[in-house]
Amino acid sequence: MDQLSQTLGRFGGVNLLPVAVALIAFVLIGAPSSWVTLTVAGLAMGMMIFLMASGLSLVFGLMDVLNFGHSAFVSFGAFVAASTLAYFGGWLGSGSVALASLALIFAIAAAVMFGMIGGWFFETVIIKPVYKDHLRQILITMGALIVAEQIILAIWGGTPMTVPRPAFLEGSWIIGDVSIEIYRVFALVLGVAVYALLYLVLNRTRIGLLIRAGVENREMVEALGFRIDRLFIGVFMGGSALAAMGGATWAGYQTLIDPTLGAEMMIIVFIVVIIGGLGSIEGTLLGALMVGLVSNYIGFLAPKMALASNMILMVAILLWRPAGLKPAIK
Amino acid sequence: MTQDKTTGALIVKAIVLVIAAALLFAPFLFQDVRSVEVAARICIFVVLVASYDLLIGYTGIVSFAHTMFFGFGAYGAAIALKQLGNTWASIGIGAVAGIALSLVLAVAIGLLSLRVKAIFFAMITLAAASVALVLASQLSQLTGGEDGITYRTPDFFKTATKLMTDEDGKVLRIAGVRMNGKLAAYYFVFFTSLALFIVMLRITASPLGTVLKAIRENEARAEAIGYRVVSYRTFVFCITAVIASLAGTIYAIWLKYTGPDTALSFAIMIDILLMVVIGGMGTLWGAVIGAVLLVMAQYYLRDLMEVASEATANIPVLPHLLEPDRWLLWLGLIFILLVYFFPKGIAGTIMDKGART
Amino acid sequence: MSLLSITRMQTNIGQYAVLHDVTLEVPEGGVFVLLGRNGAGKTTTLRSIMGMWRPSPGSVILRGQDITALHTADIAQLGIAFVPEDMGIFGSLTVEENLILATKSGQFDQTRLQRIYTLFPAIEKFWTKQAWSLSGGQKQMLSVARAIIEPRDLILIDEPTKGLAPSIVDAMADAFAEIAETTTILLVEQNFQFAKRLGRDMAVIDDGRIVHAGTMADFVADQDLQDRLLSLSA
Repeated sequence: MDQLSQTLGRFGGVNLLPVAVALIAFVLIGAPSSWVTLTVAGLAMGMMIFLMASGLSLVFGLMDVLNFGHSAFVSFGAFVAASTLAYFGGWLGSGSVALASLALIFAIAAAVMFGMIGGWFFETVIIKPVYKDHLRQILITMGALIVAEQIILAIWGGTPMTVPRPAFLEGSWIIGDVSIEIYRVFALVLGVAVYALLYLVLNRTRIGLLIRAGVENREMVEALGFRIDRLFIGVFMGGSALAAMGGATWAGYQTLIDPTLGAEMMIIVFIVVIIGGLGSIEGTLLGALMVGLVSNYIGFLAPKMALASNMILMVAILLWRPAGLKPAIK
Repeated sequence: MTQDKTTGALIVKAIVLVIAAALLFAPFLFQDVRSVEVAARICIFVVLVASYDLLIGYTGIVSFAHTMFFGFGAYGAAIALKQLGNTWASIGIGAVAGIALSLVLAVAIGLLSLRVKAIFFAMITLAAASVALVLASQLSQLTGGEDGITYRTPDFFKTATKLMTDEDGKVLRIAGVRMNGKLAAYYFVFFTSLALFIVMLRITASPLGTVLKAIRENEARAEAIGYRVVSYRTFVFCITAVIASLAGTIYAIWLKYTGPDTALSFAIMIDILLMVVIGGMGTLWGAVIGAVLLVMAQYYLRDLMEVASEATANIPVLPHLLEPDRWLLWLGLIFILLVYFFPKGIAGTIMDKGART
Repeated sequence: MSLLSITRMQTNIGQYAVLHDVTLEVPEGGVFVLLGRNGAGKTTTLRSIMGMWRPSPGSVILRGQDITALHTADIAQLGIAFVPEDMGIFGSLTVEENLILATKSGQFDQTRLQRIYTLFPAIEKFWTKQAWSLSGGQKQMLSVARAIIEPRDLILIDEPTKGLAPSIVDAMADAFAEIAETTTILLVEQNFQFAKRLGRDMAVIDDGRIVHAGTMADFVADQDLQDRLLSLSA
């Protein structure tokens, strides 16, 4: 048994979980074409959730701040991007790939900008006064979430909003009898690119070094002469921007969004960071991929179970590893 | 705590006493259907919020699953009344089923997450509550889905039931109030709520309450003295789950309708949070004040905002923000400000007044 | 003038007063030893100097500058390093990353690095290892190395010998003696034998108060005083 776990560890340990899940699903599903479609869908969904969850996880890891208002940035990102796309509707409909891409870039940039500014505001005004006080933190960020949702309702109204998307992201690629939605590939590529960027920043830069050290032991980093609280604002803004970007991508994926989007995603985001282990980017990615894959496979294999699948996944993983799959070392 | 002896504490208790008296005589004092509706809702929310306070105020852990337990109690009674007929036995079965389910889940959640990290608890309860909500709307054969269930309660509570009759055999009126089943239903709600509230007061005054306060003041120290913090927290979580479930059953009997919006929705959870924070955590008295203020606000503030919105119709943006549907926006802002500036809420702040006397 | 003067420092943790009255003069150079039994307030004194807990009232003056209310990071920037009891190593980072993090510029000063290699050969040996895989003694060395990777005026070291093998304690004592030639060390210890070897000046803290201060030579010579004060520490 020990030998087995050692061998597994050498090949990547818990990193293999999504692969194992995919393999089991392959056997259960039986039809390779459906399996490919579902796997792509699961990975795409996982990467979008990763975008939404990574900031929450880092913010918690670095400052022990649990931001229940995080999902507000997901909602705002979705609506800001949708409105921007609607504003550039002419470019989208012009038939020019360049113009449509530009509109898409503008939309995502607008969401990201909003996330940064909103994140700055949120950190300075809402969260700073309640550092180190978990009870009030949860209450205040929850209050902020209520207010944010109401603001979204006041601005965009309660009726669902259609999200226009560039023509070149519509439709599917058909390879043999496998059909792959192009938008999913786009989401997947975007997510991987962001992950790669985050990975490089965290592992190859001095700021990243400070963040990693700060997640582990904030006090010691301060005792070495660095102001973690100033670094934290940056991380918070970045995390909020990522959440907004995740929301923007999700909006394009759903094509029909309403103000409850943030609240719905919040649950999944929480499950992901709990599964992955708070404070670690690798863990968050792992958790997001697991949730994405499992919900797509189960949705196909046993639609009635789809809803509870995330919850069951979470309980199973917590029973096995109470601190999550890959928690940051504390 | 020295707080118990301040003049402020006396004021708070006096306010609560006045509220209790007003609720006791509500059918006589406010003789319209809506007011009695408000009064009954207040009674139930006092219990619900006080039980939540027992958790958050006395142990410092935040749960988002309180409505879930409330919903279990409500759905338990509703389904039993619908399927097994409108008898007292059905209510009993429903209540017990609700409590049993609540207990099982409370133990599971408590052991799973309180052991690991208190912060997980908030997230896991939130996840569990959301799953319960979706399940309730999915299992529509049993729960009626989004539409919920309407059912009849025991005949004793029917408006047509005559509790007392005058010489003509008509329903007797005392001080203009009909002695009918509706009145019986109100007093059923009032007295069961009162009983539950008193039970909770007893709990806080008991040795258990003392231990909880010790844990709240200094968790590490309590652990060092030898209190098993996790066991105590799980235990309290279970007690509060049971009380919330009972409150749900009472509400289901009163409303004769149970659906996601009345028993499970996240909006109720937000209401509870608002009430407990506005009223003041950790006193139980605060729960009474918070529940009264917020339920009143729900019923009457909207009317006020309606007027304000119409009055400002010519100004841009403002009428949008004053729309009755936006009342949560303002409550949310008040909530945030309260947590910043008056973390002890109304009751706690008043109780601190006169602390030197 | 003293390097560090602490005047009537009081520190509360939560509602408990841990330090009642700490007044200390730490002169420039050498090792200053702070003795005291468990719970006497040694660690709290160091953490209060570092700004990790706020003393009030009381003042901490470094070279004439009042640092009482400064942020921990700013206190560190002024030239105080801290080697905490749990060593404060970043386990997920490599030895190299632990050290480069502690430099101001993000670059090593080669002469200082060579000095560290000579003091603690293990640092060079395990350069690319993740710090959690080091032994207790190696972690302690890394923590000390991290404190001297930049020039500092004062290093606060909290019970460095706790749980270490005697041979490593000896090596540690040699290293401290060498470091103390250029930097002042404020050493908190329970191990009197270790403290005796290194200390030039010393003080004893008990129940949050300084109960004795003087030179180590006098203290070692006065068996009565030792018996009286260190029986407190027994």
